[in-house]
Amino acid sequence: MKKGTLKQILLITDGCSNKGEDPAVTAAICRQQGITVNVIGILDDDQTEDPQGLQEVEDIALSGAGVSQLVYKQALSQTVQTVTKQAMTQTLQGFVNQELKQILGDNQSLEEIEPEKRGEIMEVVEDMGETCDLEVLVLTDTSASMHDKLPTVKEALVDLSISLNARIGRNRFCIFNFPGRKKAIEKVLDWSPKLDSISTVFPKLTSGGITPTGPAIREAMYQFGKKGLLKNLRDEDGPSVEEAEY
Amino acid sequence: MDQAWKKQSINIRPGTVIQGKWHRNRYVIKRRLGQGAIGTVYLCEWNGQYGALKISDKATSMTVEVNVLKSLEKVQGSRLGPSLLDVDDWEVSSSSKCSFYVMEYLEGEPLSRFISRHGHEWTSVFMLQLLDDLKQLHQAGWVFGDFKSDNLIVLPHPPKVRWIDVGGTTQIGRAIKEYTEFYDRGYWGLGSRKAEPSYDLFALVMVFLNIYYPKRFEKGANPKATLLKKLNDVGQLRNYRECLKKALLGGYQSSDEMRHDLLNAMNAAKHKGRSGRRRRSIHDAGSPLIEGGGIILTALFYYLSSLILP
Repeated sequence: MKKGTLKQILLITDGCSNKGEDPAVTAAICRQQGITVNVIGILDDDQTEDPQGLQEVEDIALSGAGVSQLVYKQALSQTVQTVTKQAMTQTLQGFVNQELKQILGDNQSLEEIEPEKRGEIMEVVEDMGETCDLEVLVLTDTSASMHDKLPTVKEALVDLSISLNARIGRNRFCIFNFPGRKKAIEKVLDWSPKLDSISTVFPKLTSGGITPTGPAIREAMYQFGKKGLLKNLRDEDGPSVEEAEY
Repeated sequence: MDQAWKKQSINIRPGTVIQGKWHRNRYVIKRRLGQGAIGTVYLCEWNGQYGALKISDKATSMTVEVNVLKSLEKVQGSRLGPSLLDVDDWEVSSSSKCSFYVMEYLEGEPLSRFISRHGHEWTSVFMLQLLDDLKQLHQAGWVFGDFKSDNLIVLPHPPKVRWIDVGGTTQIGRAIKEYTEFYDRGYWGLGSRKAEPSYDLFALVMVFLNIYYPKRFEKGANPKATLLKKLNDVGQLRNYRECLKKALLGGYQSSDEMRHDLLNAMNAAKHKGRSGRRRRSIHDAGSPLIEGGGIILTALFYYLSSLILP
């Protein structure tokens, strides 16, 4: 089987959008382009577990075929990596289910198969998850209320890179924050295989009052397939062969 | 989809009968045993036999766990995980369905409670037992991954520590499937999350630190320094301190190497304990058995007897 690349947007926010197009719509467009949209909603310590307004978090992920989760910031690190990995499995399982439908007919999905065979199929899904290449665009909400959460976000992202770089497949990360000063989003870190370098970049984030989540997702979508990414992947082609040996 | 507050717990009342969709076995739920990252475990009865039934709405993750349990059963000559009895689906209603599997029910007590009730001389016994099991697991090409106190249980007669949840078990060379921050060397900045034997050895030390720090501790500004200080502060572990420190810093490539050093440390402590006792006996003929040497001797005795009586 050809080794593919999974594309994900990871949106980290603490509130709802209040400007521009509906984020659920732009997330749906991403999905059509083969990009999964995952959303993590950060709760304030005094917030109840079922806050008004954060319904949007779930809606975006649903239309973006991704995974969503609400967390208190203390649990962010573990959540970021769980969400990313769950979304990978979900996407890969989606592919497998499509294949199954083609082979076995419309009503077949993984759940409809007896447990013994399901196990064999899941092994294939796991293998794919371990070896496929992954591109994650992190989209961080930097509106005013996020300010005290940013150090935790930074830590969580470094942690995500530790988790994903333990895989056999290659990873590319980039970070954008929104709203940008002039555009919908602003680049914090260009596509790179690790996230260690963000420690110096992240404190420079600025904050504003508006939260244009919809337009930000749309802009983020355009960042996949940009030249920087292609160049980056090609540059890494040489060394990665050696890496794969151990 | 997945929301943190829902915790994926499925509440099933005692007395409920769960019948499998495929194999049609009927399980009567007795009580809840525990809650894991993926599903809930219940004590169940089936044909007059007890079993541990794990149920979850995450079919995918459950299938992955079942695959691990099956692989572990193939590791010859040892019982690394609980044995797997059945795998099936439960159709709660026409629209909702759960996956479940039934394992052998292991009745015992948590490691920390056992040690506080029966004494610290058991610490080294359990370390050696766990190192033996890890050796077998690693040789079979697997790493335990989510090695933590919650996933261990001590069975009585003779006391033997067993793994109850093997869901995080990962093939060597891959990315660790599941972990808990406190036990994860990546979290402490002391290594990668690649599945290799040294990953488990780090977590093994954390299991024993957790016994002396039941509330655990924060990593602070310098995680490595925090960790080593916490290790140094535990008097009960002083005899094996160097060995445990080496494991935390990734100095052991195999559990055999660590086991070797641990046994040496135990022997050294035995000799030290003896000479110490002789000196003290001039002043005080009190009970020396609770001191180092006695502890180690008893520990060795129990460890050896646990090998003879499987």
